[in-house]
Amino acid sequence: MLVLTAFAIVRTDRLFATAMLSGMFSLLSALLFVVLDAVDVAFTEAAVGAGISTVLMLGTLALTSRVEKPSNHSPLLPLFVVGMTGAVMIYGTLDMPNFGSADAPAQTHVSPEYLEQSPHEVGVPNVVTAILASYRGYDTLGETAVVFTAGIGVLMLISGLKRRRRRDPDEKGEQA
Amino acid sequence: MGSHHLILRVVTKLLVGTIILFALYVQFHGDYSPGGGFQAGVILAVAFIIYGVVFSLQKAKQVFPPWLVHKLVALGVLIYAGTGLVSMILGYEYLNYGAFSPHHPSHGQHWGILIVELGVGVTVTGVMVAIYYAFAARPPRISNEEW
Repeated sequence: MLVLTAFAIVRTDRLFATAMLSGMFSLLSALLFVVLDAVDVAFTEAAVGAGISTVLMLGTLALTSRVEKPSNHSPLLPLFVVGMTGAVMIYGTLDMPNFGSADAPAQTHVSPEYLEQSPHEVGVPNVVTAILASYRGYDTLGETAVVFTAGIGVLMLISGLKRRRRRDPDEKGEQA
Repeated sequence: MGSHHLILRVVTKLLVGTIILFALYVQFHGDYSPGGGFQAGVILAVAFIIYGVVFSLQKAKQVFPPWLVHKLVALGVLIYAGTGLVSMILGYEYLNYGAFSPHHPSHGQHWGILIVELGVGVTVTGVMVAIYYAFAARPPRISNEEW
């Protein structure tokens, strides 16, 4: 179904349908994450991907036109690049350990230590939270700073335009 | 933006409270169940965004004024970084939550995680709502009939 949705996104040239379909795509991948037992990620995907980014896409859509412009270059080169990247990634997965195998590098390095120690050292039942906020506290601080910077960047880009346009007499009353 | 369908408005009014409640649950119950600051922040922002979409941007701005949103964006990072500074002042390493309860380190960890996640949630909420306000505040180029 993910693949079907992706094809539908590529085929349609109406941007409204594209925005809605990408929301659907996110919701489906959230289901996939639930199946893989990554509930935290599924949460985020459902809320951010299906909820907020669809709203933001529609908000952007209101600022531009409704129909995609017809492209005037040949699709062969992009198709080749995408196909090659996909092939390389599939080739890469051949060397990866099987899903859930116990002797995968990810399971043998620090994870057992975290899993064994976190009930004593942190005492928080949700190990994901324990790792995120306690063992990897610096990283999470960095992530928060990244979110902060992204927000400031968008605000400066969009509100900056507005300030320049405020000289128009009819927009004087409105100020965000 | 004209007023939307009656059913849409009633359902939204019912849902907004529930969404906020759920966001708070995810925020403060993150130690025990899936979720945490990032997820809670996004869910909380969704509550305000859906209110803004169904009613109007002006009403959403009355509930959650933009100056407050912009302050929250910075406040969250300050809460997080400030937690680290407080633990340094108390004589521990930066962001070592043991500082908050010297005799019982795991209690300190509880407090530390709770406060830090609160910081994350506040920032994420602020950023999401701020971006939504920024996009929605610009005058639309296509009219409603064109959809």
